[in-house]
Amino acid sequence: MKFTWFHLMPYRYLPDDFKDKYRSVWVDIPRDLYDPKVGHRLYNDYLDQLEFADQMGFDGLGVNEHHQNAYGLMPSPNIMGAAMARRTRNANLVILGNSIALYNPPVRVAEEFAMLDVISGGRLVAGFPVGTSMDTNFCYGEVPATLREKYFEAHDLIIKAWTEPDVFAFNGKYTKLRYVNLWPKPIQQPHPPIWIPGGGSVETWDFCADHAYQYSFLSYFGYIAGKKVADGYWNVMAKKGKELNPYSLGFAQVVAVANTDEEAERLYSPHMDYFYNRCLHVYNGFADAPGYRTVSTIRAGVLAQVGKEAALRREGMTWKDFVDQGYIIAGSPKTVRERLTHAMKSLNCGHLMILQQIGSMPPELVRLNTELFAREVMPQMRGLWNGFEDKWSPKPMPEPERAMPAPLNFRRVETNGKTATAAVAPAHESRSAK
Amino acid sequence: MKTIQKVRDGKLSVEMHTFGSGGEPLLYLHGAGGLLGVDPFLDELGKDFRVIAPHLPGFGESTGGEQIDDVIDAALFYHELLDELGIDSAHIVGHSMGGMLAAEVAALDVSRAKKLVLVGAAGFWLDENPIPDFFALDLSELGSYLFADPRSPLARMFLAIPEDMNQLADMYVERVKRLSMASKFLWPIPDRGLKKRAYRIAAPTLVLWGASDRLIPPVYAGEFTRHIKHARVQTIEGAGHMLPYEQHDAFCKAVRGFLKG
Repeated sequence: MKFTWFHLMPYRYLPDDFKDKYRSVWVDIPRDLYDPKVGHRLYNDYLDQLEFADQMGFDGLGVNEHHQNAYGLMPSPNIMGAAMARRTRNANLVILGNSIALYNPPVRVAEEFAMLDVISGGRLVAGFPVGTSMDTNFCYGEVPATLREKYFEAHDLIIKAWTEPDVFAFNGKYTKLRYVNLWPKPIQQPHPPIWIPGGGSVETWDFCADHAYQYSFLSYFGYIAGKKVADGYWNVMAKKGKELNPYSLGFAQVVAVANTDEEAERLYSPHMDYFYNRCLHVYNGFADAPGYRTVSTIRAGVLAQVGKEAALRREGMTWKDFVDQGYIIAGSPKTVRERLTHAMKSLNCGHLMILQQIGSMPPELVRLNTELFAREVMPQMRGLWNGFEDKWSPKPMPEPERAMPAPLNFRRVETNGKTATAAVAPAHESRSAK
Repeated sequence: MKTIQKVRDGKLSVEMHTFGSGGEPLLYLHGAGGLLGVDPFLDELGKDFRVIAPHLPGFGESTGGEQIDDVIDAALFYHELLDELGIDSAHIVGHSMGGMLAAEVAALDVSRAKKLVLVGAAGFWLDENPIPDFFALDLSELGSYLFADPRSPLARMFLAIPEDMNQLADMYVERVKRLSMASKFLWPIPDRGLKKRAYRIAAPTLVLWGASDRLIPPVYAGEFTRHIKHARVQTIEGAGHMLPYEQHDAFCKAVRGFLKG
């Protein structure tokens, strides 16, 4: 079993009356609710948390792309990937991912992912989501009817840019390039592992099965609701005669661990409420632009995660409901171990994207949650899928061959009662400079 | 009368509705919602004209939506259809998105449109008068943008949601199909270059607008007269964006008067 510690990077300070006063957390949320000085603190806290997860032995650190969104403050997850590449050692950088239809030209993604793979010594997982309707259609203006076609063309271009040894010309419908010539190229050959985050489009299952990509269902509704999608994916895999290898499925799950079940409710309940009722408060009209979902997906009856219907399903839900319906797996280490093991078995899932900072959760709670999970849940679940080969994790350079960032010579100094940072050159260096 | 017309050597099937048989040909181009099946103003115009109302590919039973990417593809499709029907020149009446496409048809081949009627037409964008994002509107919200009186029986009939779940699912899928085609011309902003091409339109043009149009406000009529040489504006009271349905008599009178005049 592999564990990727996933961060959405929410804004933690939406007002209490947010849901009543504003129509959407996404797309047209008022800008004056964002304070960049608060944002400064949040980004740095969140990077600290990801770095802590690396030290705690998680296999991957996960980030994703959202636009104009108060629960996902990463328009560019690659920037977070770059920061993590320098300050983490072991964990894979799971960028889930870049919405490749939005980049013009899409070789930009091939280039940036190659940079991240090279900087990190081959620790990159390249995620290629279509992107939500809010992000792609409403924020970035992509025509819903042609988004998927553009996505598939961008995919073909990126793969060719990574694998073609020579300069080539690309004559696509959406992108035309005379000289495609990727500098740098990725460390992992022929290219980093590709994971496709999806929300339940039936076409994505075929696409993953046909290309042997990992399918990651990034659900906020938990494993019980997620089973329908997982089963849909496995049915497609079975029909196509593919191996039903648990590592070819990733699943996102909110997890909250405390010393006892009661403590979990007391500590985490307000933050769950913040997440499900404020962060997922999305105007219904933005949930699903006409043409974003294909007719076959609509006919398959896969439910949308945001919008009116989703909000109605959550209406009036208590902590107990969230737990009982599997939106969250929460409680003592023992409770979480049992339920999560059951969940992963029922989904046949080998890559857990674990969400341990959720909604308004402050740093000290994130640390507690992460540490308890790493010490008292993760080790016992490690062997769940013994006998299966994980073909979807990165193959980095051997650790001793990887570069180390040079130590920094900064320290905090006090001047006139204020704290500041000063560079301190070692004594022998100042001498030799003269 | 509903017929299926083949074009492009039989590769495309077009769902056509024809009204009347005598008189000069009148090509009617529907808006983003498509033909509704109950379009009384077309029956009425059929008394004086040979009305041809095709569904654009991707709408209704018309096939080949995937072959149309932009307004030029759509305009060429309408030319192709008239070629197939052997009609060299026709009056062209277009509503909303259909008005935008009618203007493109008339600009591409100036001999095709005898006279042009643009009704609450899309195709321009004014920063100071942005068009509401109707793709993001719920059916319940849509009414107040489409109708002068959203509580009228007509408006209620338009916005009725079937209680039967299967009917609801079919309606939803059909709506998605139509709006997703429309998104190729209108998403996210309906300015697709008509302002560069409209100068070519040679046909006398009537720009018709519902005085209470809250979807594409009447101020947009001025863009059409600014860009089209022989254009004049007529505004009809008591009508919103769905003018042909809401003020059926006044609409037919204005169209007939202009085309016969």
